[in-house]
Amino acid sequence: MDIILEGIIRAFQLLVRGDPEVLRITALSLGVSLSATAISLLVGVPLGTALGLARFPGRRFLMSLVNTGMGAPPVVVGLAVSIVLWRNGPLGVLHLMYTPYAIVIAQCIISLPIITGFTMASVQQVDPRLRLQILALGASRLQMVWLLLKQTRLPLLAAVMAGFGGIISEVGASMMVGGNITGQTRVLTTAIAMETGKGEFGLAVALSIILMALAYSVNLSLTIIQQRSKAR
Amino acid sequence: MLEIPSLQVLPNEVLAFIGPNGAGKTTLLLTLALLVKPATGAISYQGQPVGDGPHALRLRRQFAVVFQDPLLLDGTVWDNVTLGLRLRGVKKQGIKDRSQKWLERFGVAQLAKRQARTLSGGEAKRVSLARAFVLQPEVLFLDEPFSALDIPTRQALLEDFESVLRETMVTTVMVTHDRNETLALGSRVVVLMAGRIRQTGTPEEVFSCPVDEEVASFIEAGNIVHGVVSGQEKGLAAVNVEGHQLEAVSGSDVGTKVAAFLRHEDITLSAPSPAATPSSARNRLTGKVVKLFPLGSQVRVTMDCGFPLVALITARSREDMGLEVGREVVASFKASSVHLIARR
Repeated sequence: MDIILEGIIRAFQLLVRGDPEVLRITALSLGVSLSATAISLLVGVPLGTALGLARFPGRRFLMSLVNTGMGAPPVVVGLAVSIVLWRNGPLGVLHLMYTPYAIVIAQCIISLPIITGFTMASVQQVDPRLRLQILALGASRLQMVWLLLKQTRLPLLAAVMAGFGGIISEVGASMMVGGNITGQTRVLTTAIAMETGKGEFGLAVALSIILMALAYSVNLSLTIIQQRSKAR
Repeated sequence: MLEIPSLQVLPNEVLAFIGPNGAGKTTLLLTLALLVKPATGAISYQGQPVGDGPHALRLRRQFAVVFQDPLLLDGTVWDNVTLGLRLRGVKKQGIKDRSQKWLERFGVAQLAKRQARTLSGGEAKRVSLARAFVLQPEVLFLDEPFSALDIPTRQALLEDFESVLRETMVTTVMVTHDRNETLALGSRVVVLMAGRIRQTGTPEEVFSCPVDEEVASFIEAGNIVHGVVSGQEKGLAAVNVEGHQLEAVSGSDVGTKVAAFLRHEDITLSAPSPAATPSSARNRLTGKVVKLFPLGSQVRVTMDCGFPLVALITARSREDMGLEVGREVVASFKASSVHLIARR
Protein backbone atom coordinates (compact mmCIF):
# COMPACT_ATOMS: atom_id res chain seq x y z
CA MET A 1 0.00 0.00 0.00
CA ASP A 2 2.83 2.34 0.92
CA ILE A 3 4.39 1.85 -2.50
CA ILE A 4 1.14 2.81 -4.27
CA LEU A 5 0.59 5.83 -2.01
CA GLU A 6 4.20 6.89 -2.54
CA GLY A 7 3.67 6.45 -6.27
CA ILE A 8 0.55 8.62 -6.31
CA ILE A 9 2.34 11.39 -4.39
CA ARG A 10 5.38 11.06 -6.65
CA ALA A 11 3.27 11.22 -9.79
CA PHE A 12 1.53 14.32 -8.54
CA GLN A 13 4.89 15.95 -7.66
CA LEU A 14 6.42 15.04 -11.03
CA LEU A 15 3.53 16.54 -12.93
CA VAL A 16 3.14 19.63 -10.77
CA ARG A 17 6.87 20.32 -10.86
CA GLY A 18 6.82 19.67 -14.59
CA ASP A 19 9.72 17.23 -14.52
CA PRO A 20 11.20 17.66 -18.01
CA GLU A 21 12.13 13.97 -18.43
CA VAL A 22 8.68 12.75 -17.40
CA LEU A 23 6.99 15.32 -19.64
CA ARG A 24 9.21 14.26 -22.55
CA ILE A 25 8.43 10.56 -21.97
CA THR A 26 4.70 11.31 -21.70
CA ALA A 27 4.70 13.48 -24.82
CA LEU A 28 6.61 10.84 -26.78
CA SER A 29 4.28 8.07 -25.64
CA LEU A 30 1.27 10.08 -26.65
CA GLY A 31 2.80 11.26 -29.93
CA VAL A 32 3.97 7.81 -30.98
CA SER A 33 0.72 6.03 -30.09
CA LEU A 34 -1.55 8.70 -31.58
CA SER A 35 0.49 8.71 -34.83
CA ALA A 36 0.34 4.92 -35.02
CA THR A 37 -3.43 4.99 -34.35
CA ALA A 38 -3.95 7.67 -37.02
CA ILE A 39 -1.95 5.72 -39.62
CA SER A 40 -3.79 2.51 -38.71
CA LEU A 41 -7.09 4.32 -39.10
CA LEU A 42 -6.15 5.67 -42.52
CA VAL A 43 -5.22 2.19 -43.72
CA GLY A 44 -7.45 0.02 -41.53
CA VAL A 45 -10.81 1.66 -42.17
CA PRO A 46 -10.66 1.35 -45.99
CA LEU A 47 -9.15 -2.13 -45.67
CA GLY A 48 -11.77 -3.28 -43.15
CA THR A 49 -14.54 -1.79 -45.29
CA ALA A 50 -13.26 -3.56 -48.40
CA LEU A 51 -12.94 -6.87 -46.56
CA GLY A 52 -16.35 -6.44 -44.98
CA LEU A 53 -18.25 -5.44 -48.10
CA ALA A 54 -16.47 -6.71 -51.20
CA ARG A 55 -16.59 -10.27 -52.45
CA PHE A 56 -13.38 -11.60 -53.98
CA PRO A 57 -11.35 -14.81 -53.93
CA GLY A 58 -9.13 -15.13 -50.87
CA ARG A 59 -11.32 -12.77 -48.83
CA ARG A 60 -11.93 -15.27 -46.06
CA PHE A 61 -8.23 -16.05 -45.84
CA LEU A 62 -7.45 -12.33 -45.49
CA MET A 63 -10.16 -11.97 -42.89
CA SER A 64 -8.70 -14.83 -40.87
CA LEU A 65 -5.28 -13.16 -41.11
CA VAL A 66 -6.73 -9.91 -39.78
CA ASN A 67 -8.51 -11.75 -36.97
CA THR A 68 -5.30 -13.54 -36.04
CA GLY A 69 -3.39 -10.26 -36.19
CA MET A 70 -5.78 -8.77 -33.65
CA GLY A 71 -4.16 -10.95 -31.05
CA ALA A 72 -0.56 -10.75 -32.31
CA PRO A 73 1.88 -10.69 -29.35
CA PRO A 74 3.75 -7.33 -29.32
CA VAL A 75 7.10 -9.08 -28.74
CA VAL A 76 6.64 -11.09 -31.93
CA VAL A 77 5.81 -7.88 -33.78
CA GLY A 78 8.88 -6.27 -32.16
CA LEU A 79 11.04 -9.15 -33.31
CA ALA A 80 9.71 -8.99 -36.89
CA VAL A 81 10.19 -5.20 -37.10
CA SER A 82 13.69 -5.53 -35.59
CA ILE A 83 14.69 -8.08 -38.24
CA VAL A 84 13.42 -5.83 -41.02
CA LEU A 85 14.94 -2.60 -39.65
CA TRP A 86 18.20 -4.14 -38.38
CA ARG A 87 21.34 -2.64 -39.85
CA ASN A 88 21.75 -5.45 -42.38
CA GLY A 89 18.01 -6.17 -42.64
CA PRO A 90 15.87 -5.44 -45.74
CA LEU A 91 15.15 -1.84 -44.62
CA GLY A 92 18.36 -1.35 -42.63
CA VAL A 93 19.50 1.43 -44.99
CA LEU A 94 16.75 3.65 -43.64
CA HIS A 95 18.45 3.69 -40.20
CA LEU A 96 15.13 3.63 -38.41
CA MET A 97 16.06 1.13 -35.71
CA TYR A 98 16.05 2.65 -32.20
CA THR A 99 14.16 5.73 -33.34
CA PRO A 100 10.58 6.79 -32.50
CA TYR A 101 9.69 5.94 -36.13
CA ALA A 102 10.52 2.29 -35.45
CA ILE A 103 8.13 2.35 -32.49
CA VAL A 104 5.43 3.93 -34.67
CA ILE A 105 5.95 1.18 -37.29
CA ALA A 106 5.71 -1.58 -34.67
CA GLN A 107 2.66 -0.02 -33.05
CA CYS A 108 1.00 0.39 -36.44
CA ILE A 109 1.46 -3.32 -37.06
CA ILE A 110 -0.17 -4.04 -33.70
CA SER A 111 -3.11 -1.64 -34.05
CA LEU A 112 -3.80 -2.08 -37.77
CA PRO A 113 -5.41 -5.53 -37.46
CA ILE A 114 -7.44 -4.33 -34.47
CA ILE A 115 -8.86 -1.34 -36.36
CA THR A 116 -9.28 -3.35 -39.57
CA GLY A 117 -11.03 -6.15 -37.69
CA PHE A 118 -13.37 -3.81 -35.85
CA THR A 119 -14.21 -1.94 -39.07
CA MET A 120 -14.80 -5.22 -40.90
CA ALA A 121 -17.17 -6.42 -38.18
CA SER A 122 -19.04 -3.14 -37.94
CA VAL A 123 -19.70 -2.73 -41.66
CA GLN A 124 -20.81 -6.34 -41.83
CA GLN A 125 -23.25 -5.75 -39.01
CA VAL A 126 -25.13 -3.12 -40.98
CA ASP A 127 -28.30 -4.44 -42.56
CA PRO A 128 -27.30 -5.34 -46.15
CA ARG A 129 -30.54 -3.80 -47.35
CA LEU A 130 -29.33 -0.44 -46.04
CA ARG A 131 -26.51 -0.61 -48.61
CA LEU A 132 -29.12 -1.23 -51.30
CA GLN A 133 -31.27 1.59 -49.95
CA ILE A 134 -28.34 4.01 -50.08
CA LEU A 135 -27.54 2.95 -53.64
CA ALA A 136 -31.23 3.22 -54.49
CA LEU A 137 -31.19 6.82 -53.26
CA GLY A 138 -28.70 7.53 -56.04
CA ALA A 139 -25.37 7.13 -54.26
CA SER A 140 -22.29 6.08 -56.20
CA ARG A 141 -20.30 3.16 -54.72
CA LEU A 142 -17.94 5.59 -53.01
CA GLN A 143 -20.76 7.70 -51.60
CA MET A 144 -22.44 4.51 -50.39
CA VAL A 145 -19.30 3.46 -48.48
CA TRP A 146 -18.98 6.93 -46.93
CA LEU A 147 -22.63 6.97 -45.84
CA LEU A 148 -22.31 3.45 -44.51
CA LEU A 149 -19.24 4.39 -42.45
CA LYS A 150 -21.19 7.32 -41.04
CA GLN A 151 -23.82 4.82 -39.96
CA THR A 152 -21.19 2.75 -38.20
CA ARG A 153 -19.41 5.62 -36.46
CA LEU A 154 -20.15 4.24 -32.99
CA PRO A 155 -18.39 0.91 -33.52
CA LEU A 156 -15.69 2.76 -35.46
CA LEU A 157 -14.94 4.92 -32.44
CA ALA A 158 -14.77 1.71 -30.43
CA ALA A 159 -12.21 0.53 -33.01
CA VAL A 160 -10.13 3.66 -32.39
CA MET A 161 -10.30 3.11 -28.63
CA ALA A 162 -9.31 -0.53 -28.96
CA GLY A 163 -6.49 0.30 -31.36
CA PHE A 164 -5.12 3.10 -29.19
CA GLY A 165 -5.57 1.04 -26.02
CA GLY A 166 -3.68 -1.83 -27.56
CA ILE A 167 -0.57 0.23 -28.30
CA ILE A 168 -0.36 2.86 -25.55
CA SER A 169 -0.03 -0.03 -23.10
CA GLU A 170 2.35 -2.33 -25.00
CA VAL A 171 5.94 -2.59 -23.90
CA GLY A 172 7.57 -5.50 -25.73
CA ALA A 173 7.73 -4.06 -29.22
CA SER A 174 8.61 -0.52 -28.06
CA MET A 175 11.45 -1.89 -25.97
CA MET A 176 12.79 -4.06 -28.79
CA VAL A 177 12.64 -1.58 -31.66
CA GLY A 178 13.04 1.64 -29.65
CA GLY A 179 15.72 0.50 -27.24
CA ASN A 180 14.42 2.65 -24.34
CA ILE A 181 17.05 5.33 -25.01
CA THR A 182 16.88 8.28 -22.64
CA GLY A 183 15.67 11.42 -24.34
CA GLN A 184 15.07 9.61 -27.61
CA THR A 185 12.93 6.51 -27.50
CA ARG A 186 11.94 6.14 -23.88
CA VAL A 187 8.17 5.90 -23.59
CA LEU A 188 6.05 5.41 -20.48
CA THR A 189 5.79 1.64 -20.73
CA THR A 190 9.50 1.05 -21.30
CA ALA A 191 10.34 3.49 -18.50
CA ILE A 192 7.99 1.65 -16.12
CA ALA A 193 9.60 -1.68 -17.01
CA MET A 194 13.06 -0.22 -16.49
CA GLU A 195 12.26 1.47 -13.15
CA THR A 196 10.61 -1.72 -11.88
CA GLY A 197 13.74 -3.63 -12.86
CA LYS A 198 15.82 -1.20 -10.86
CA GLY A 199 13.55 -1.60 -7.84
CA GLU A 200 12.39 2.03 -8.12
CA PHE A 201 8.80 1.07 -7.38
CA GLY A 202 7.74 4.57 -6.39
CA LEU A 203 8.74 6.05 -9.74
CA ALA A 204 7.34 3.03 -11.61
CA VAL A 205 3.98 3.46 -9.88
CA ALA A 206 4.07 7.22 -10.60
CA LEU A 207 4.71 6.57 -14.30
CA SER A 208 1.99 3.89 -14.33
CA ILE A 209 -0.49 6.36 -12.89
CA ILE A 210 0.46 8.89 -15.56
CA LEU A 211 0.07 6.19 -18.22
CA MET A 212 -3.32 5.17 -16.89
CA ALA A 213 -4.43 8.80 -16.68
CA LEU A 214 -3.29 9.36 -20.25
CA ALA A 215 -5.12 6.32 -21.57
CA TYR A 216 -8.16 7.29 -19.57
CA SER A 217 -8.21 10.88 -20.89
CA VAL A 218 -7.97 9.77 -24.52
CA ASN A 219 -10.64 7.13 -24.04
CA LEU A 220 -12.84 9.54 -22.09
CA SER A 221 -12.69 12.04 -24.97
CA LEU A 222 -13.54 9.32 -27.47
CA THR A 223 -16.36 8.02 -25.26
CA ILE A 224 -17.82 11.53 -25.02
CA ILE A 225 -17.68 11.89 -28.81
CA GLN A 226 -19.19 8.42 -29.22
CA GLN A 227 -22.06 8.99 -26.81
CA ARG A 228 -22.77 12.45 -28.21
CA SER A 229 -23.08 11.04 -31.69
CA LYS A 230 -25.32 8.29 -30.30
CA ALA A 231 -27.60 10.85 -28.72
CA ARG A 232 -27.85 12.84 -31.95
CA MET B 1 -32.73 -18.26 -59.48
CA LEU B 2 -34.78 -16.21 -61.89
CA GLU B 3 -35.63 -17.33 -65.39
CA ILE B 4 -37.44 -14.50 -67.09
CA PRO B 5 -37.50 -14.81 -70.89
CA SER B 6 -38.80 -11.25 -71.17
CA LEU B 7 -40.75 -8.75 -69.16
CA GLN B 8 -41.77 -5.27 -70.12
CA VAL B 9 -42.75 -2.53 -67.74
CA LEU B 10 -45.09 -0.15 -69.53
CA PRO B 11 -45.14 3.61 -68.98
CA ASN B 12 -47.52 4.82 -66.26
CA GLU B 13 -48.62 1.34 -65.27
CA VAL B 14 -48.56 -0.13 -61.77
CA LEU B 15 -47.11 -3.57 -62.23
CA ALA B 16 -47.54 -5.86 -59.23
CA PHE B 17 -45.43 -8.96 -58.64
CA ILE B 18 -47.20 -11.53 -56.56
CA GLY B 19 -46.04 -14.99 -55.59
CA PRO B 20 -45.14 -17.17 -52.63
CA ASN B 21 -42.07 -16.56 -50.45
CA GLY B 22 -38.86 -17.38 -52.25
CA ALA B 23 -40.45 -16.97 -55.69
CA GLY B 24 -37.88 -14.34 -56.63
CA LYS B 25 -40.16 -11.28 -56.54
CA THR B 26 -37.75 -9.07 -54.61
CA THR B 27 -34.76 -10.24 -56.65
CA LEU B 28 -36.62 -9.38 -59.83
CA LEU B 29 -37.56 -5.98 -58.43
CA LEU B 30 -33.98 -5.24 -57.38
CA THR B 31 -32.70 -6.38 -60.75
CA LEU B 32 -35.06 -4.04 -62.56
CA ALA B 33 -34.07 -1.23 -60.18
CA LEU B 34 -30.45 -1.87 -61.25
CA LEU B 35 -29.43 -2.75 -57.71
CA VAL B 36 -28.66 -6.38 -58.52
CA LYS B 37 -26.85 -7.42 -61.66
CA PRO B 38 -28.40 -10.32 -63.55
CA ALA B 39 -26.03 -13.29 -64.02
CA THR B 40 -27.09 -13.49 -67.66
CA GLY B 41 -29.42 -11.49 -69.82
CA ALA B 42 -29.82 -7.78 -70.15
CA ILE B 43 -31.99 -4.91 -69.04
CA SER B 44 -33.00 -2.10 -71.33
CA TYR B 45 -34.45 1.23 -70.36
CA GLN B 46 -36.45 3.17 -72.94
CA GLY B 47 -35.05 0.87 -75.61
CA GLN B 48 -31.41 1.39 -74.64
CA PRO B 49 -29.41 -1.40 -73.00
CA VAL B 50 -28.27 -0.48 -69.51
CA GLY B 51 -24.52 -0.09 -69.34
CA ASP B 52 -22.14 -0.31 -66.42
CA GLY B 53 -20.77 2.26 -63.98
CA PRO B 54 -21.75 5.86 -64.69
CA HIS B 55 -24.54 4.91 -67.09
CA ALA B 56 -26.17 2.62 -64.54
CA LEU B 57 -25.74 5.30 -61.86
CA ARG B 58 -27.36 7.91 -64.11
CA LEU B 59 -30.33 5.59 -64.65
CA ARG B 60 -30.52 4.62 -60.98
CA ARG B 61 -30.90 8.32 -60.24
CA GLN B 62 -34.09 8.30 -62.32
CA PHE B 63 -35.56 5.59 -60.11
CA ALA B 64 -36.64 5.39 -56.49
CA VAL B 65 -37.01 2.32 -54.32
CA VAL B 66 -39.06 1.84 -51.17
CA PHE B 67 -38.24 -1.29 -49.25
CA GLN B 68 -40.39 -3.35 -46.92
CA ASP B 69 -38.65 -1.76 -43.91
CA PRO B 70 -38.32 2.02 -44.03
CA LEU B 71 -34.48 1.71 -43.75
CA LEU B 72 -34.03 5.28 -42.58
CA LEU B 73 -30.49 6.41 -41.94
CA ASP B 74 -29.25 7.92 -38.68
CA GLY B 75 -30.09 11.61 -38.54
CA THR B 76 -33.26 13.64 -38.76
CA VAL B 77 -36.25 13.06 -40.97
CA TRP B 78 -35.13 16.08 -43.00
CA ASP B 79 -31.64 14.56 -43.46
CA ASN B 80 -33.26 11.40 -44.77
CA VAL B 81 -35.71 13.03 -47.12
CA THR B 82 -33.13 15.38 -48.60
CA LEU B 83 -30.35 12.80 -48.97
CA GLY B 84 -31.27 11.60 -52.46
CA LEU B 85 -31.49 15.18 -53.72
CA ARG B 86 -28.14 16.07 -52.15
CA LEU B 87 -26.58 13.04 -53.83
CA ARG B 88 -27.96 14.30 -57.13
CA GLY B 89 -26.48 17.74 -56.55
CA VAL B 90 -29.85 19.54 -56.53
CA LYS B 91 -29.61 23.20 -55.49
CA LYS B 92 -30.48 24.18 -51.90
CA GLN B 93 -33.73 25.95 -52.71
CA GLY B 94 -34.88 23.05 -54.86
CA ILE B 95 -34.10 20.61 -52.07
CA LYS B 96 -36.03 22.73 -49.59
CA ASP B 97 -39.11 23.20 -51.76
CA ARG B 98 -39.38 19.62 -52.92
CA SER B 99 -38.71 18.09 -49.51
CA GLN B 100 -41.21 20.36 -47.80
CA LYS B 101 -43.84 19.55 -50.43
CA TRP B 102 -43.52 15.79 -50.10
CA LEU B 103 -43.24 15.76 -46.33
CA GLU B 104 -46.50 17.71 -46.28
CA ARG B 105 -48.08 15.47 -48.90
CA PHE B 106 -47.45 12.42 -46.72
CA GLY B 107 -48.49 14.27 -43.56
CA VAL B 108 -45.11 14.17 -41.82
CA ALA B 109 -43.88 17.77 -42.24
CA GLN B 110 -44.14 18.32 -38.48
CA LEU B 111 -41.62 15.51 -37.95
CA ALA B 112 -38.88 17.10 -40.08
CA LYS B 113 -36.59 17.80 -37.12
CA ARG B 114 -37.22 14.51 -35.35
CA GLN B 115 -34.54 11.84 -35.22
CA ALA B 116 -35.54 9.23 -37.78
CA ARG B 117 -34.95 6.37 -35.37
CA THR B 118 -37.55 7.70 -32.92
CA LEU B 119 -40.43 7.45 -35.40
CA SER B 120 -43.25 4.95 -35.17
CA GLY B 121 -43.61 2.31 -37.89
CA GLY B 122 -46.32 4.24 -39.74
CA GLU B 123 -44.43 7.55 -39.53
CA ALA B 124 -41.21 5.95 -40.73
CA LYS B 125 -43.04 4.40 -43.66
CA ARG B 126 -44.49 7.77 -44.62
CA VAL B 127 -41.02 9.32 -44.43
CA SER B 128 -39.61 6.58 -46.64
CA LEU B 129 -42.35 7.21 -49.20
CA ALA B 130 -41.71 10.98 -49.08
CA ARG B 131 -37.99 10.25 -49.51
CA ALA B 132 -38.81 8.32 -52.68
CA PHE B 133 -41.32 10.75 -54.19
CA VAL B 134 -39.12 13.78 -53.53
CA LEU B 135 -36.79 12.36 -56.19
CA GLN B 136 -39.58 12.68 -58.79
CA PRO B 137 -38.64 9.26 -60.12
CA GLU B 138 -39.50 8.05 -63.57
CA VAL B 139 -39.95 4.57 -62.16
CA LEU B 140 -40.88 3.78 -58.58
CA PHE B 141 -40.06 0.37 -57.13
CA LEU B 142 -41.87 -0.80 -54.01
CA ASP B 143 -41.05 -3.96 -52.08
CA GLU B 144 -44.05 -4.79 -49.92
CA PRO B 145 -44.22 -1.22 -48.67
CA PHE B 146 -47.34 -1.59 -46.57
CA SER B 147 -46.57 -4.82 -44.77
CA ALA B 148 -45.74 -4.87 -41.06
CA LEU B 149 -48.19 -2.04 -40.34
CA ASP B 150 -51.32 -2.32 -38.23
CA ILE B 151 -54.56 -2.35 -40.22
CA PRO B 152 -55.77 1.25 -39.60
CA THR B 153 -52.28 2.70 -40.30
CA ARG B 154 -51.97 0.58 -43.39
CA GLN B 155 -55.40 1.54 -44.66
CA ALA B 156 -54.77 5.27 -44.17
CA LEU B 157 -51.38 5.06 -45.85
CA LEU B 158 -52.72 2.97 -48.71
CA GLU B 159 -55.40 5.58 -49.39
CA ASP B 160 -52.87 8.45 -49.36
CA PHE B 161 -50.49 6.50 -51.53
CA GLU B 162 -53.18 5.58 -54.02
CA SER B 163 -54.12 9.24 -54.48
CA VAL B 164 -50.44 10.26 -54.89
CA LEU B 165 -50.00 7.53 -57.45
CA ARG B 166 -53.07 8.70 -59.36
CA GLU B 167 -51.79 12.27 -59.30
CA THR B 168 -48.21 11.60 -60.31
CA MET B 169 -48.95 8.74 -62.73
CA VAL B 170 -45.48 7.47 -62.01
CA THR B 171 -44.61 4.10 -63.51
CA THR B 172 -44.57 1.72 -60.56
CA VAL B 173 -43.30 -1.79 -60.02
CA MET B 174 -44.33 -3.33 -56.73
CA VAL B 175 -43.97 -6.57 -54.86
CA THR B 176 -46.91 -7.46 -52.69
CA HIS B 177 -48.48 -10.32 -50.81
CA ASP B 178 -51.71 -8.53 -50.35
CA ARG B 179 -54.60 -9.15 -52.67
CA ASN B 180 -56.40 -5.95 -51.69
CA GLU B 181 -53.27 -3.91 -52.39
CA THR B 182 -52.97 -5.55 -55.78
CA LEU B 183 -56.58 -4.88 -56.61
CA ALA B 184 -56.44 -1.29 -55.31
CA LEU B 185 -53.19 -0.27 -56.96
CA GLY B 186 -52.19 -2.73 -59.66
CA SER B 187 -52.98 -2.22 -63.29
CA ARG B 188 -51.18 -5.42 -64.27
CA VAL B 189 -50.16 -8.43 -62.24
CA VAL B 190 -47.27 -10.83 -62.73
CA VAL B 191 -47.50 -14.10 -60.82
CA LEU B 192 -44.04 -15.40 -60.03
CA MET B 193 -43.38 -18.90 -58.81
CA ALA B 194 -39.99 -20.54 -58.34
CA GLY B 195 -38.30 -17.79 -60.34
CA ARG B 196 -40.58 -18.05 -63.35
CA ILE B 197 -43.48 -15.99 -64.56
CA ARG B 198 -46.60 -18.13 -64.37
CA GLN B 199 -49.25 -15.63 -65.32
CA THR B 200 -49.53 -12.03 -66.42
CA GLY B 201 -52.77 -10.11 -66.66
CA THR B 202 -55.01 -7.54 -65.08
CA PRO B 203 -55.73 -8.16 -61.40
CA GLU B 204 -59.28 -9.19 -62.27
CA GLU B 205 -58.04 -11.73 -64.83
CA VAL B 206 -55.50 -13.24 -62.47
CA PHE B 207 -57.80 -13.42 -59.48
CA SER B 208 -60.80 -14.73 -61.43
CA CYS B 209 -59.08 -16.95 -63.94
CA PRO B 210 -55.83 -18.32 -62.49
CA VAL B 211 -53.88 -20.05 -65.20
CA ASP B 212 -53.30 -23.26 -63.26
CA GLU B 213 -54.09 -24.93 -59.99
CA GLU B 214 -50.87 -23.81 -58.32
CA VAL B 215 -51.59 -20.17 -59.08
CA ALA B 216 -55.18 -20.68 -57.96
CA SER B 217 -54.13 -22.15 -54.63
CA PHE B 218 -51.55 -19.40 -54.14
CA ILE B 219 -54.00 -16.55 -54.62
CA GLU B 220 -56.18 -18.28 -52.02
CA ALA B 221 -59.16 -16.33 -53.11
CA GLY B 222 -61.36 -19.18 -54.07
CA ASN B 223 -62.51 -22.74 -53.89
CA ILE B 224 -60.76 -25.35 -55.95
CA VAL B 225 -62.67 -28.55 -56.51
CA HIS B 226 -61.64 -31.42 -58.73
CA GLY B 227 -63.99 -33.01 -61.20
CA VAL B 228 -64.49 -34.36 -64.69
CA VAL B 229 -66.34 -32.66 -67.54
CA SER B 230 -69.43 -34.77 -68.07
CA GLY B 231 -71.25 -32.68 -70.63
CA GLN B 232 -70.65 -29.89 -73.11
CA GLU B 233 -73.19 -27.70 -74.82
CA LYS B 234 -72.39 -24.48 -76.67
CA GLY B 235 -69.61 -23.45 -74.34
CA LEU B 236 -71.41 -24.49 -71.20
CA ALA B 237 -69.66 -27.42 -69.53
CA ALA B 238 -71.21 -29.71 -66.95
CA VAL B 239 -68.69 -30.87 -64.39
CA ASN B 240 -69.13 -33.83 -62.12
CA VAL B 241 -67.72 -33.11 -58.69
CA GLU B 242 -68.08 -35.91 -56.18
CA GLY B 243 -71.42 -36.89 -57.71
CA HIS B 244 -72.69 -33.31 -57.85
CA GLN B 245 -73.08 -31.38 -61.04
CA LEU B 246 -71.66 -27.91 -61.58
CA GLU B 247 -72.07 -25.79 -64.67
CA ALA B 248 -69.26 -23.63 -65.96
CA VAL B 249 -68.72 -21.40 -68.95
CA SER B 250 -65.96 -23.34 -70.67
CA GLY B 251 -65.20 -25.06 -73.93
CA SER B 252 -63.58 -28.04 -72.16
CA ASP B 253 -64.22 -31.40 -73.78
CA VAL B 254 -66.16 -34.18 -72.14
CA GLY B 255 -63.89 -36.44 -70.13
CA THR B 256 -61.37 -33.69 -69.33
CA LYS B 257 -60.16 -33.77 -65.76
CA VAL B 258 -60.50 -30.27 -64.38
CA ALA B 259 -60.02 -28.15 -61.31
CA ALA B 260 -62.99 -25.82 -60.92
CA PHE B 261 -62.01 -22.47 -59.43
CA LEU B 262 -64.68 -20.39 -57.81
CA ARG B 263 -64.08 -17.16 -55.88
CA HIS B 264 -65.41 -17.04 -52.33
CA GLU B 265 -67.19 -13.76 -52.94
CA ASP B 266 -68.95 -15.06 -56.06
CA ILE B 267 -71.10 -17.39 -53.97
CA THR B 268 -74.47 -16.16 -52.75
CA LEU B 269 -76.02 -17.88 -49.74
CA SER B 270 -79.73 -18.13 -49.10
CA ALA B 271 -82.08 -20.06 -46.85
CA PRO B 272 -83.54 -23.18 -48.49
CA SER B 273 -87.06 -22.65 -49.84
CA PRO B 274 -89.40 -25.26 -51.32
CA ALA B 275 -89.99 -23.29 -54.51
CA ALA B 276 -86.74 -22.01 -55.93
CA THR B 277 -87.14 -18.66 -57.63
CA PRO B 278 -85.84 -18.68 -61.18
CA SER B 279 -82.43 -17.04 -61.30
CA SER B 280 -79.55 -16.49 -63.66
CA ALA B 281 -77.31 -18.42 -61.26
CA ARG B 282 -76.91 -21.76 -63.00
CA ASN B 283 -75.57 -23.50 -59.92
CA ARG B 284 -77.51 -24.16 -56.74
CA LEU B 285 -76.06 -26.45 -54.12
CA THR B 286 -77.61 -27.28 -50.79
CA GLY B 287 -75.27 -27.87 -47.89
CA LYS B 288 -74.76 -27.51 -44.18
CA VAL B 289 -72.68 -24.82 -42.49
CA VAL B 290 -69.70 -26.49 -40.80
CA LYS B 291 -67.68 -23.46 -39.79
CA LEU B 292 -68.05 -19.71 -39.43
CA PHE B 293 -64.94 -17.60 -39.24
CA PRO B 294 -65.32 -13.85 -38.68
CA LEU B 295 -62.96 -11.62 -40.72
CA GLY B 296 -63.74 -8.09 -39.57
CA SER B 297 -66.80 -6.92 -41.45
CA GLN B 298 -67.02 -10.23 -43.31
CA VAL B 299 -67.53 -13.85 -42.36
CA ARG B 300 -66.01 -16.88 -44.01
CA VAL B 301 -68.61 -19.61 -44.23
CA THR B 302 -67.46 -23.17 -44.80
CA MET B 303 -70.18 -25.51 -46.03
CA ASP B 304 -70.43 -29.17 -46.75
CA CYS B 305 -72.21 -29.56 -50.08
CA GLY B 306 -70.94 -33.09 -50.63
CA PHE B 307 -67.57 -31.38 -50.96
CA PRO B 308 -66.28 -28.42 -48.97
CA LEU B 309 -67.23 -25.00 -50.29
CA VAL B 310 -66.24 -21.65 -48.81
CA ALA B 311 -68.20 -18.44 -49.25
CA LEU B 312 -67.47 -14.93 -48.09
CA ILE B 313 -70.45 -12.94 -46.88
CA THR B 314 -70.87 -9.78 -44.83
CA ALA B 315 -71.34 -10.05 -41.08
CA ARG B 316 -74.66 -8.23 -41.52
CA SER B 317 -75.91 -10.91 -43.96
CA ARG B 318 -74.95 -13.59 -41.49
CA GLU B 319 -76.98 -11.82 -38.81
CA ASP B 320 -79.99 -11.31 -41.08
CA MET B 321 -79.95 -14.96 -42.15
CA GLY B 322 -79.34 -16.16 -38.58
CA LEU B 323 -76.58 -18.33 -39.94
CA GLU B 324 -75.18 -20.83 -37.44
CA VAL B 325 -73.10 -23.96 -37.66
CA GLY B 326 -75.31 -26.91 -38.62
CA ARG B 327 -77.87 -24.79 -40.51
CA GLU B 328 -78.83 -25.78 -44.01
CA VAL B 329 -78.10 -23.20 -46.72
CA VAL B 330 -78.25 -22.93 -50.46
CA ALA B 331 -75.12 -21.74 -52.26
CA SER B 332 -75.77 -20.31 -55.69
CA PHE B 333 -73.32 -19.00 -58.26
CA LYS B 334 -73.24 -18.27 -61.94
CA ALA B 335 -71.70 -20.61 -64.48
CA SER B 336 -69.51 -17.70 -65.59
CA SER B 337 -68.02 -17.52 -62.08
CA VAL B 338 -66.65 -21.03 -62.38
CA HIS B 339 -63.26 -21.08 -64.02
CA LEU B 340 -62.12 -24.48 -65.24
CA ILE B 341 -58.43 -25.37 -65.27
CA ALA B 342 -57.45 -28.56 -67.12
CA ARG B 343 -55.51 -31.01 -64.96
CA ARG B 344 -52.74 -33.26 -66.21
